[in-house]
This record gives sequence, C-alpha cells and structure tokens, in this order.
Amino acid sequence: MTQTSRSSKRFIIAGAVVIAAVFAYLLYGGLDKNVVYFLTPHELLAKGTRGVEVPVRLGGQVKPGSVKWNDTTLELRFTITDGTSDIAVHSTGAPPQMFRDGMGVVVEGRYARNGVFDCTNLMVRHSNEYRPPKPGESPQETYKTLIKGSGS
Amino acid sequence: MNGLIGRGAIMVSLPFILLGIVAVPAAVRRGRREWIGLAYGSVYANFFLVTAAALSMVVALVTHDFSVSYVAQVGSRETPLFYTIISLWGALEGSILFWAWVLSLYAALVVSFNRDRLGNLVPYAAMTLLCISLFFAILLTGPANPFRSVFPVPADGPGPNPLLQNHILMAVHPPLLYLGYVGMSVPFSFAVGAVLSGEAESNDWIRLTRNWTIGSWAFLSAAIIAGMWWSYEVLGWGGYWAWDPVENASFLPWLTATAFLHSAMVQERRSMLRVWNLNLVVGTFVLTILGTFLTRSGIISSVHAFTTGTIGYYFLTFIALVMVVALVLVAGNSDRLKTVGRFDSPASRETIFLLNNLFLTAFMLTVLVGTLFPLVAEAVRGVKVSVGGPFFNRMSLPLVAALLFLMGVGPALPWKSASRDELRAKLLPPAIGAALLGAIGLFMGIRDVYGVLVFAFVGYAAAANLREYWIGARARRVARHESWPVAVGRLISSNRRRYGGYIAHLGVFFVALGIAASSTMRTEREATIKPGETISVSGHTVRLQQLWGRDEKQRSVVGATFAVLGSGGGTMEPHMNFYATSQEPVPTPAVRSGVLGDLYLNLMAFRPDGSTATVKIIYEPLVPWIWFGGGVVVLGAIVGAWPTAKRKRAASIPMARQLEPRDNAA
Repeated sequence: MTQTSRSSKRFIIAGAVVIAAVFAYLLYGGLDKNVVYFLTPHELLAKGTRGVEVPVRLGGQVKPGSVKWNDTTLELRFTITDGTSDIAVHSTGAPPQMFRDGMGVVVEGRYARNGVFDCTNLMVRHSNEYRPPKPGESPQETYKTLIKGSGS
Repeated sequence: MNGLIGRGAIMVSLPFILLGIVAVPAAVRRGRREWIGLAYGSVYANFFLVTAAALSMVVALVTHDFSVSYVAQVGSRETPLFYTIISLWGALEGSILFWAWVLSLYAALVVSFNRDRLGNLVPYAAMTLLCISLFFAILLTGPANPFRSVFPVPADGPGPNPLLQNHILMAVHPPLLYLGYVGMSVPFSFAVGAVLSGEAESNDWIRLTRNWTIGSWAFLSAAIIAGMWWSYEVLGWGGYWAWDPVENASFLPWLTATAFLHSAMVQERRSMLRVWNLNLVVGTFVLTILGTFLTRSGIISSVHAFTTGTIGYYFLTFIALVMVVALVLVAGNSDRLKTVGRFDSPASRETIFLLNNLFLTAFMLTVLVGTLFPLVAEAVRGVKVSVGGPFFNRMSLPLVAALLFLMGVGPALPWKSASRDELRAKLLPPAIGAALLGAIGLFMGIRDVYGVLVFAFVGYAAAANLREYWIGARARRVARHESWPVAVGRLISSNRRRYGGYIAHLGVFFVALGIAASSTMRTEREATIKPGETISVSGHTVRLQQLWGRDEKQRSVVGATFAVLGSGGGTMEPHMNFYATSQEPVPTPAVRSGVLGDLYLNLMAFRPDGSTATVKIIYEPLVPWIWFGGGVVVLGAIVGAWPTAKRKRAASIPMARQLEPRDNAA
C-alpha cells in the first residue's frame, strides 16, 4: 500500500468519524426536544408546572355538554376528561364533521399558563371495529335533510 | 367451495415448499445436479398453487361468497366491482395472501430467468425464496388464514374500509408497494446464494443482483410517490407526507436500496465495499420485514395499521431468525471479502459514492430511531410518546441538501483520481445553475434557508447533470454528424445504466423542488361561508354556489360546488362521502392542478340545512412536480435496467452500422 493511499484512507476514516459524531449529537438533541408525551388530563395536571408550555398529546373524552363551536370565528372550545380530571381545550378550525359529546379524542398542543390547552391538532380516536350507531348519533341524520333539500 | 380450493391450495403448497428447501442442500452435498430441478419444480408448483388460492379469493369476492371469512369481513353487495376486486389487499389476511402470491411470482421469475446459470448461486437463492414463502404459507394456514369457513353464512358484509374504497389510487399504491417490498427478497436471496455457493468473492453476483434491485427499487419508488399522492387526494389535509410510522417503513428500505444501487457500482468498478454491499442487501430485506411487522402487527396506530391478534409474534420470530442468519452470513464471510481494490484519491467518484452511502445510511438510521423510539420508550419506561414531524424534518433536511449536492458532484468526477484542473473544469460551471435556481427560489418568495438551499443545490446538480448529456451528445455530433435528438437518444441507449441513473436523478430534482416549494410556500385559509360568498388565498378566489347531497349505492355524498373566479374558471366540488360502516365521513378534496401549483379545496363542515359550509382552501406551489418527478425516476430505472438484447448490442457497434446500407436508407 502506498503512502498516498494510506493517508487518504486515514482522511476518509477521520471524516467518517467526525460526520458520525455530529450526526449522533444531532440525533440525540433532536429527539430530546421533539418527543411528545401522550398523557391523560389527570397525568398532565399531576405534572404541575413541568406540564405547562411543553408539547403534549392529550387523550380523553369530550365532556358532554361542553362543546362550543363558533362557525364564524372558527373557534372551538370544549372540555376533555378522563373521568377524574378535566381540562379546557381551545382550538381554531372546524371540528370533524362527526364531532360530538363523549367521543374519544386526542389533542396535540400545549397547556398554557392560563389553564387552557391550546390545541394545534385535533384527532378523533377511531375504532376499526364496526359498531352500529346509537339513536341520535347516526351520521345520516346530519346529511339526510341536505339530500332532501337539494332535491337531487 | 372457494374457501376449500383456497385452503387446499395453500395446504398442498407446504410439502412442495419443504421438498424444494431440502432438495438444494441435498443436491449440492451428494453432487446430484438433477435434484436441483426438483427445487425449481417446487418453485413453479408453489407459484401455481398460490395463484390458484389468490384467484379463488378473487372469485369469492366477486361472487359475494360470504362463507369465506375474508369475504365476510371486507365484502359487501353494495361495493362496486372494482373496489370489490381490489379489497383483496384491503385487510390483513388478504394482504398476506397477495404478498405470498407476489413472492411466489418473483421466485418463479428468478428461476425461469436464471435456471441455466452455472454454479449453486441460483439454487440456493431459490431455496432462500422458498424459506420466505414457507413463512407466509404458515401465516396463511394459521393466524392469517383468509379462507376460514363462516357459519351461518351472512347475507351481506360490511364492505371494505371506507378509506380504501374512496380513491382509484388504492388500486395502484398497494400493489406497487408489494412489488417493491417483496422484490427486495430477491437481492437478499441472491446474497444468501452468493455466500452459500462461495461466489460472494466474485463481483458477478452483484451484477445479477443489481438489475433485480433496480426493478424492485423502481416499484418501491413509484409506490412511495403513489402513497403520497393518495394521502394528498384522500386525507384532506393538503399534505402528502406526515412521517407516519408506516410511511417511514416504506421509506427505510428505499434508502438502503438506493445506497446499494450506488455502492454496487463501486464494487463492480473498483472491487471495494464488498462486505458493505452484502450488509446493504441484507439490511434492505430486514427493513422490509420490519416494515411489514410494523404495519401488520397493529403495534402502532396509523391509517395503514390493521387490528390483529397474534400475527405480530410470528413476524418478530421471523425477523429474529433472519437477523441471526444474516449475522452468521455476513460475519462468517467478512474475512474472505476483504477489499482488494485500492482507494486512490479523495477527489474521485468513489469518495462521492462513499459519502452518498454514509448520508443515506445516516438518513435511514435517523428515520429508524424516530420510528422505533415510541415503541422502545413505552416498553422500557412505560410512557407513551410520539416523535413528531419537526424531529424528522430537522434531521433530514441537512442530509437531503447534502445528497442533492453530491448528485451534482458525483457524476462529474472521474473514477480513481481527478486532477486539480479537471476538478475546476467540472465543478465550477454548474455553480451558475445553483445561482440561477437559488435566485428563482428567492424570487418565488421562499425565505426558508433549507428551501433556498434545496433550490440552489438542485440547480447545481441539474446543471452538472444536463452538462453530461450535452458533452456526450456534442461529442457524438462532432464525431458522427448526428442531429441533436439522435445524438442524445443514442448516447442514452449506448450507456443505459449510466444515463438511466442520470434520468432518475433528474426525477429526484423535480421531486425535491416540488417538496421544497410546497412545504415552505403553502398558504391556507379556513372559513365558514354562505352560498354566494367568496374565499381567497394568494390571489386565487372561489365562490360557494351551493351545498348538495345525493345518495349512491354504497354511500351518501354531501358536496359543495365552488365557482373558480379568474383564470381558468369552471367549478370545483369538494365533498364528503358517508359510508354506512363508518362514523366519520371520508373527505374528498377537490384539487385543481396547474404547472405552477395546486388549488386545493376541502369541505370541513356544513350546516345540515345547507346554509353555510366551512371550507379549507390551500394553495400549494409545485406539488404536481412531485408526481411528475416520480414518473421520471421510474423512467430512469426502466432505462437503466432495460436488458440490452444481443442483436441490439451488435447493432450499436458503430462500424457495423456504417457498413449497413439499409440502415442509412431508413
């Protein structure tokens, strides 16, 4: 093996080590800052101040009777509950069409200092299994008037 | 009846598979060449039997034979025929059956293309593919049996998952993905064959493997793009990539396969990286199985995950087995596979390929860590966490920028070593392209650093790429007096592998520009409006005309008609589809594509009396470039892998052509 090839080999190895180290550092730092915890309202409140202003996914049910949706300002307010604790949620944007009391939801956002959860992403917890709708929650009831009304 | 045929075919395939697996080592040990024919026969028999099983499932689906458990699960008399047929891969058991069929097809193709090849590589490869088939056959007889009989026979079924019967891309994305995923078993089987037959030292198996990898890679690339497109057209959020664990699962093997396609060239040219290439091939296969495990075990929740029972344990066992086999193969042979080639200079194409592999592998590890972290955190610390898009974006953007830059440098550099003058002559001129496209990006309004960087690096790489065509074609023009189109065409056909790669690079540039522009320049607005009112975003205005509803056979549709004001005119009709089996409607956004971008309308909510509609309007620049670029990538792969027929090879010898008067007359 000649001198040049040995030195260039060393160069390559050194370069690879440096890149790998930088990469490992970035990976660690990136994960550290971007892990989002999945909590219930009870768990979030139990965290106290450590749970404030950090990204969180909050899971629970929509508390019956708590939904207030203003379709002009697109402001949605409701309370999410896990049975023991409640947290008020505020979000902007249309709720899913079938959004209703008691359904399972996951909200992503931050718990603000004023005690309201600022939601940036609202997800409905789906269940793959088919379950016949209970009276009053059938999707048909929302759109059948529209189908009759448009006369098509 | 259909259930009986399907079950029977799978049961009968088991002894054939076992026979084939045993026949190969027995033939090699006893020196009985004719027993290998037995193994090949088993491969064909397995193909015919699994085909029969898959066909009987299609017949059962089409004839609504609800006595078959899978049909009772996904069938419905109301579902249109088209979606009934493609529901073959719409749920767990059917997708495993389809997987097994694709695998048996690949195995049969491998044998029929290579059965005359000397040596034991192909027999061992056939044996490996049969081992994988055995795993899927076991799944199909046990935990994922789609042919169980149902009694009493239901009169009707719930139909496929609404998300899967809402768009035609559902007929495209899954089969492409299976062809790509399962196709990665073939390079793996060649790697096993090469090691077991002692051919791993020659570079010949790399050549054989390479073309099969290009094919699978092209399917996988197309599948990823089609999946992005499907997500964009169906999910209604105006995005195409969410770093969803299952999207990641399809991306991981793509990264290692891409790395292999590049490092294979280094091995062929310079006989280096032999152990590394073995690792990449094996790693790609393991990642496809891991991806299937993530998708099919229900361990993660996602649009793609099916709810399941015990199948996850089978996959974990299989992954563990494959890993052990892989470790033994690679570690046990690494001494024999020491590099014989020599590294000459940092300023060479080899260096760029090394960096390319380094970055692609780092990319793969980042995505892998981010994808698996939630599973590990839950198992180890008992906390539920998710790793969001910001992590992946932050980690991948520098890597993507670096890879784009290398795509400009690599093709311009010669193998072995480049002189200083050569470097200057090759690497400086494309900087004009970088400045030009960077400026265009800024002019478009991109202010994100990485957005501009991606534009500039694409400009650099595209200029370097096009310059290669120009230099090559100009040389042909001067030497052979060909016209420009003829010169370019013959340039490509005379070196398909090289220019196929360059074409694929061009496709990547389109994809990169599309992603950079649409992710940094997207503007959106959401509002509730009454009929007659308008909503606009970055100069595009639509007016709500009316809300309407209609009943279709298998669903009800509520839609909104919008008139597009200004250029183009016409109407757009985003709607929601309500399926009986789903509480949630399936959004169906309306997309109007132009060369420069998409206008995207999604109906978010409506008042049942039709008095208001809440609508999201998005303008996303350059999104269609992503789909177009995906097509170009596939075209590049086809050009690169197209077999050069012997007759054509003779004809491409220039002397032969000049001596042939007929050629000139034509």
